[in-house]
Amino acid sequence: MLPPAIVFITVVLLAEFIVRRGWIADYLLPRPTQVLAAIQTSSRELLLALRSTGVASLIGFSLSAVVGIVMAIILASGGWVERAFYPYAVFFQTVPIIAIAPLLVIWFGLDADAVIASSFIVSVFPVIANTLTGLRSTDPALRDLFRLYEAGSLSTLLKLRLPFAFPSVFTGLRVAAGLAVIGTIVGEFITGSGLGGLIQVSRQQQKVDKVFAALLLSSLLGIALFAIVNAMGRLAMRNWHASEKE
Amino acid sequence: MDHLRRTFPGGIEAVKDVSLQVPPGEFLAMLGPSGCGKSTLLRMIAGLDHPTGGTIHRSQSRVAYVFQDAHLLPWRTVLRNVSLPLELRGVTAAQRLTAAREAIEQVGLADFAHRYPAELSGGMRMRASLARALVTDPDMLLLDEPFAALDEITRTSLDVQLRNLWIQRRMTVIFVTHSISEAAFLADRAIVLSARPAKIVLDVKIDLGLERHNALRGEPEFARTSRLLLSALEGGGTPQ
Repeated sequence: MLPPAIVFITVVLLAEFIVRRGWIADYLLPRPTQVLAAIQTSSRELLLALRSTGVASLIGFSLSAVVGIVMAIILASGGWVERAFYPYAVFFQTVPIIAIAPLLVIWFGLDADAVIASSFIVSVFPVIANTLTGLRSTDPALRDLFRLYEAGSLSTLLKLRLPFAFPSVFTGLRVAAGLAVIGTIVGEFITGSGLGGLIQVSRQQQKVDKVFAALLLSSLLGIALFAIVNAMGRLAMRNWHASEKE
Repeated sequence: MDHLRRTFPGGIEAVKDVSLQVPPGEFLAMLGPSGCGKSTLLRMIAGLDHPTGGTIHRSQSRVAYVFQDAHLLPWRTVLRNVSLPLELRGVTAAQRLTAAREAIEQVGLADFAHRYPAELSGGMRMRASLARALVTDPDMLLLDEPFAALDEITRTSLDVQLRNLWIQRRMTVIFVTHSISEAAFLADRAIVLSARPAKIVLDVKIDLGLERHNALRGEPEFARTSRLLLSALEGGGTPQ
């Protein structure tokens, strides 16, 4: 914990020093103390925005987790299903969300649905891809073992392939946690709600300190979501040791 | 096994014309150089792979297989790993736990039944794997170089343990190995396979008594058997 704290404090002090000396104008880069002041003066507004962004991110992420894992299981069932649908899963990933966000607003209206959809589209792919990788990497000897004892495909999935894929699933979920927040913010740029909307408005009003305050909160939100997923992963694999260290 | 043959796509011939009869209750060692097709042969006996020519007839129905490494499920305790085969076959929880405890006891892991694989040593994991094979009360036990990854001391002690288990249970055992001393120590009959494609170059009875102890490894009779297997192995190893 200490080394990153030292880096953080150094960077903050350096930014404060540089802007105070006037090397960079404070309407371009606000001083850390200005950001702190902005958080204090608009705390109510920021917290409300944080709440709506947080809720949308959480819903978007949960949707991604459930839909992504189910999709991966369907895709990993092999055969033509996988061949037919996998390209579209890749297609999802390459969709430029900034360009499609206005469309989402047309489809879902200017409310939370559009934001959640944006969050979901951005974060679902890593869940699918990583779960799929995990489901495909089942130890061949253990598959033989399950075949030898005539296990059905459902019990092979539940007792072998899915738990075996856990480390990969959580890798996907960790990536998705950060992306879900990014997707939410992008959606909010268009709908004008939450932290994304706040960033957009503050930017137009040249309130750079408020932009930074909102940015800081959205990063903290991403980190918090990431930490929750991480803790869940640790809990799920607490007895594995070796794979948890990966 | 009658004129068994297995060719993989791409033309690699793993097994070429192997005919072999294994009477029930025999302890057979299959010895051959690495990559000679021993594992392929064993997988075909287990029904995990199919021959491209020839036939296999198996009178025993309860087959158990032990792999090169322990291959336990890391998220299950020893007890739940060992009971897995019964669970997959739909045996009730109470019955399978009783059977699993018994098998764990037999391999001497009773104190570790509630530990996870990551908490065990390599030898203990292998013993758990052995218990998992024994839990179904198999009449045929197939082992694919099970102790190859272990250190010498652990390996020799597991050899003794396996031999004793066989004396108690008298199931058919086919033990694949590339270790000459292991084959000589464990089995009542050894076949030596040539380099790929596998053919039988030697089929010999090993008369070293029923119970085998580590002291046997120093006896002249043991050395003579080892030499016999070695010369067959070397003879078969050169491409004809």
